[in-house]
Amino acid sequence: MSYDIPNFVPVIPELTVFSLGTLALLVQAFWGQQRPAITYGFVQLTILLTGFFTLGYLYDPTVLTFEGMFILDKLAVILKLFIELSVFLCFVYSRVYLADNNMPRGEYYILGLYSMLGMMVLVSSHHFLTLYLGVELMALPVYAMVAMKRESGFAAEAAMKYFIIGAMASGLLLYGISMMYGATGNLEFSAVALAIANTAPEQQLILVFGLVFIMVGIAFKLGAVPFHMWLPDVYQGSPNPVTLFIASGTKIAAFAMVIRLLVDAMPSLQVEWQQILIAMAILSMGLGNFAAIVQTNIKRMLAYSSIAHMGYMILGVIAATQQGYAASTFYIITYSMMTLGAFGLLVLMSKAGYEVEKISDFKGLNTRNPWLAFMMLIMMFSMAGVPPLVGFWAKVGVLKALVQVDLVWLAVLALLYAIVGAYYYIRVVKVMYFEEPDSADSFSVSGEMQFALGVNGMAVLGLGLFPGALFQLCQSAFM
Amino acid sequence: MLTNLPLLSLQIWLPVVAAIAVLLLGKLGMETLGRVVAIAAVFVCLILCIPLYADFDTTTYAYQFRETLDWIPAFKIKYDIGVDGIGMPLVILTVFTSLIVILAAWKSIQHKATQYLATFLILQAMTVGVFVAVDALLFYVFWEAMLIPMYLAIGIWGSKNRSYAAIKFFLYTFLGSALMLIVMLYLGLKADSFSIPDFYGISLTMTEQMLIFFAFLLAFAVKVPMWPVHTWLPDAHTEAPAGGSVILAALMLKVGGYGFFRFSLPIAPDASHALDWLMIALSLVGIVYIGLIALAQTDMKRLIAYSSVAHMGFVTLGCFMIYMIVHTSGNPRDANMSLEGAMVQMISHGFGSGALFLGFGMLYERLHTREIQSFGGIANTMPVFAALFMVFAMSNVGLPGTSGFVGEFMVILSAFKANFWIAFAAALTLIIGASYTLWMYKRVFYGEVTSEKVAALKDVSWLEWSVLMMLVFAIFLVGFYPESLLRVMHTSIDHLVQLSLQTKL
Repeated sequence: MSYDIPNFVPVIPELTVFSLGTLALLVQAFWGQQRPAITYGFVQLTILLTGFFTLGYLYDPTVLTFEGMFILDKLAVILKLFIELSVFLCFVYSRVYLADNNMPRGEYYILGLYSMLGMMVLVSSHHFLTLYLGVELMALPVYAMVAMKRESGFAAEAAMKYFIIGAMASGLLLYGISMMYGATGNLEFSAVALAIANTAPEQQLILVFGLVFIMVGIAFKLGAVPFHMWLPDVYQGSPNPVTLFIASGTKIAAFAMVIRLLVDAMPSLQVEWQQILIAMAILSMGLGNFAAIVQTNIKRMLAYSSIAHMGYMILGVIAATQQGYAASTFYIITYSMMTLGAFGLLVLMSKAGYEVEKISDFKGLNTRNPWLAFMMLIMMFSMAGVPPLVGFWAKVGVLKALVQVDLVWLAVLALLYAIVGAYYYIRVVKVMYFEEPDSADSFSVSGEMQFALGVNGMAVLGLGLFPGALFQLCQSAFM
Repeated sequence: MLTNLPLLSLQIWLPVVAAIAVLLLGKLGMETLGRVVAIAAVFVCLILCIPLYADFDTTTYAYQFRETLDWIPAFKIKYDIGVDGIGMPLVILTVFTSLIVILAAWKSIQHKATQYLATFLILQAMTVGVFVAVDALLFYVFWEAMLIPMYLAIGIWGSKNRSYAAIKFFLYTFLGSALMLIVMLYLGLKADSFSIPDFYGISLTMTEQMLIFFAFLLAFAVKVPMWPVHTWLPDAHTEAPAGGSVILAALMLKVGGYGFFRFSLPIAPDASHALDWLMIALSLVGIVYIGLIALAQTDMKRLIAYSSVAHMGFVTLGCFMIYMIVHTSGNPRDANMSLEGAMVQMISHGFGSGALFLGFGMLYERLHTREIQSFGGIANTMPVFAALFMVFAMSNVGLPGTSGFVGEFMVILSAFKANFWIAFAAALTLIIGASYTLWMYKRVFYGEVTSEKVAALKDVSWLEWSVLMMLVFAIFLVGFYPESLLRVMHTSIDHLVQLSLQTKL
């Protein structure tokens, strides 16, 4: 059996992250202990460089490499770009917090970088093993990151929960994959898809069983009901920068998992997975929005809100049209942007030894720092789906896709839940704008972060005013 | 020269730019300059309304001053704006009202003044956007975007119970308009375009029309507001700052009426026809029952708010009476007057009720109370103010010569062509409206000066005087020369009547 040297060109970004990440470990070991800024700079440069390489593939045709295990298509490029962007921003937001709270900084960046590598592999997977590799590589560093605040009991609890549930989800995912393998004899997605298409309907039972287990794995990673229990606890227990990390980039990667598994590998089981997804979406939107109302802890509130948003995001996949997938892509990208802004603000506002996590911590923010309050206002209204912010267009996209395939009832239901959701978002605005602060002192954050948050907020507003280009980009991924 | 400018885009974006400038000036501590910039910006907008009115072609129903740009090509959504005879007067009303609000804020708003001005500038821009949007989704964007500044205005500058009122306002209106989005997406996919005129051409089954009609009804009825979904309004009005109430009364309610004109009637004509009894009934309940509730109020601002609801009943009555009129008289021409009456009523209510709220705001600023019984005898200490307020009260009553008369008279006259009893019920408002307005006026302005605070009152300043005079002028202009308003809307209303009477089945 001959062995061809695979085409390495499509994996240059991954190789960059891997090699420079390893180098970053050395940098950290030699210089980083004394001067954490060096590791920070090194890691950020790595991400920029990777992003630069990724950007280069934007207009290239789809390439398969490593015997069809790795795919580089438009979707992969787009998602990778936004994963890199969100990790980059996440590190920017976290720098000062980590210093103030005396957390192991170098480790945070390096673990984050490796997790990002996992996300990139996951996004590009075209084979059950690559996918599993990506999932694990994404998750393992994050378990450690959650536990980084060793002395905090909450963090330890969150880490344990996250780890055990994550491990269980991986187990179920693997179980499902094994059934798929048993039924089709293949692990490569296009071969699996072909094999499923050729299976007679009465022999599909084993496939459906496999599908169900795989869906459980997906639901865990997305944090969709009924496998969402870990999410609020982990969000709350993790230090703010880690929550920020979990809430943004990993969601994009989990979305890629949905597309790769359901659309690439099992298009013929569409009827089956649509039904499961519909149930998942309705439950997620409902439970997420209703449970968020009663939260007093803003991290828990945003956790439930993220559950609800995953429900909305799935709606586009349910439509199972190119328009729908594109709308979901748009949704997940913009959602990660909003959530970055919202959690970023939490990180910025946390002072040494004081974790901002109550909604009441935002009291009178408009008086204390109008700019930050305005940014939070943008994020909240955007998440609620009020135009002219980008969250509105994200919802319009998925709803339009639903209406197109005559699922009007689902669209109506989704909108009704959105109104429920609006309540807790505008309550945050109320606290910031309508109430007086407890302490009158204005507080300021460093210029660099104010700038980063400003860019973030303006992106949410700007994309709301001009969503056309991003829509087109997302659509081009499924043409 | 002015005709080459993108007039409508300027009307939308100039205030937005000004709002950003005002905020920056506020940040730099130059508050007074910020106020000047705000006033200047709105003033320029008002001047830009002159060519809008003067160059308006009254012989066509087509959109004029049209600007079309691709916005979201992936969805075929366009930045498409233009005005016809229905939208144009409302744009002018918007800018005019906004100028008054911003002028009135000169002294009365000291708390976070630049934010206040910026909020109202944005609100003005969004409202203009609603009236000029030709693309349905663009319309929806402006429609919803109005909520954010209004929510903030009520919540930040309102009185004691403001948070509750703001949230109630937001959720109520958000709930109302949600289903409209689905309808628009549905129609957009059917017509393969989001342009509103393209929606008129789609044929729809009765079931579809019914569902569409109810979705629109929910959205517009909440905004108008019609009984029984009016309950947000008294709270929002009462708690909002004076400027907020003026905008709510003069503009926010108009977008609901505008929606009936632009969407419900021409898109779902058969459903409108089939359900006209319901709409007429709801309107009459609004006119009579809400009028009676207004009579019982002890809170002056609530009284004005309820009178607003009652007056807006004429707008919906005028809209949906047309089928009955045509049925009785057989002549579509007769329907025109009913719709035109509704339009005039919208404009005149904007002036009249806006003026009442503004006047009340001036009292509130001095006395910090809303209870009618704690006023009394103000005419003794503020004679000029009392005289001006009398004009507004008379317009509210519908005295001939004021703008309030024209709209109500036209609608009641048309009602006689439809059915005597409808006209009878609608005409009851002449009695009820006069009762609550004049009784309120008597208790507030006449009588002995009982409280020391009232005794110490000073009459209006020249700034307040000039703001009020602008409103007096507008009220008399529409009252004595309604043709100035009617002539621009004739053709568009003709066209609307045609569309509304054409079956789509």
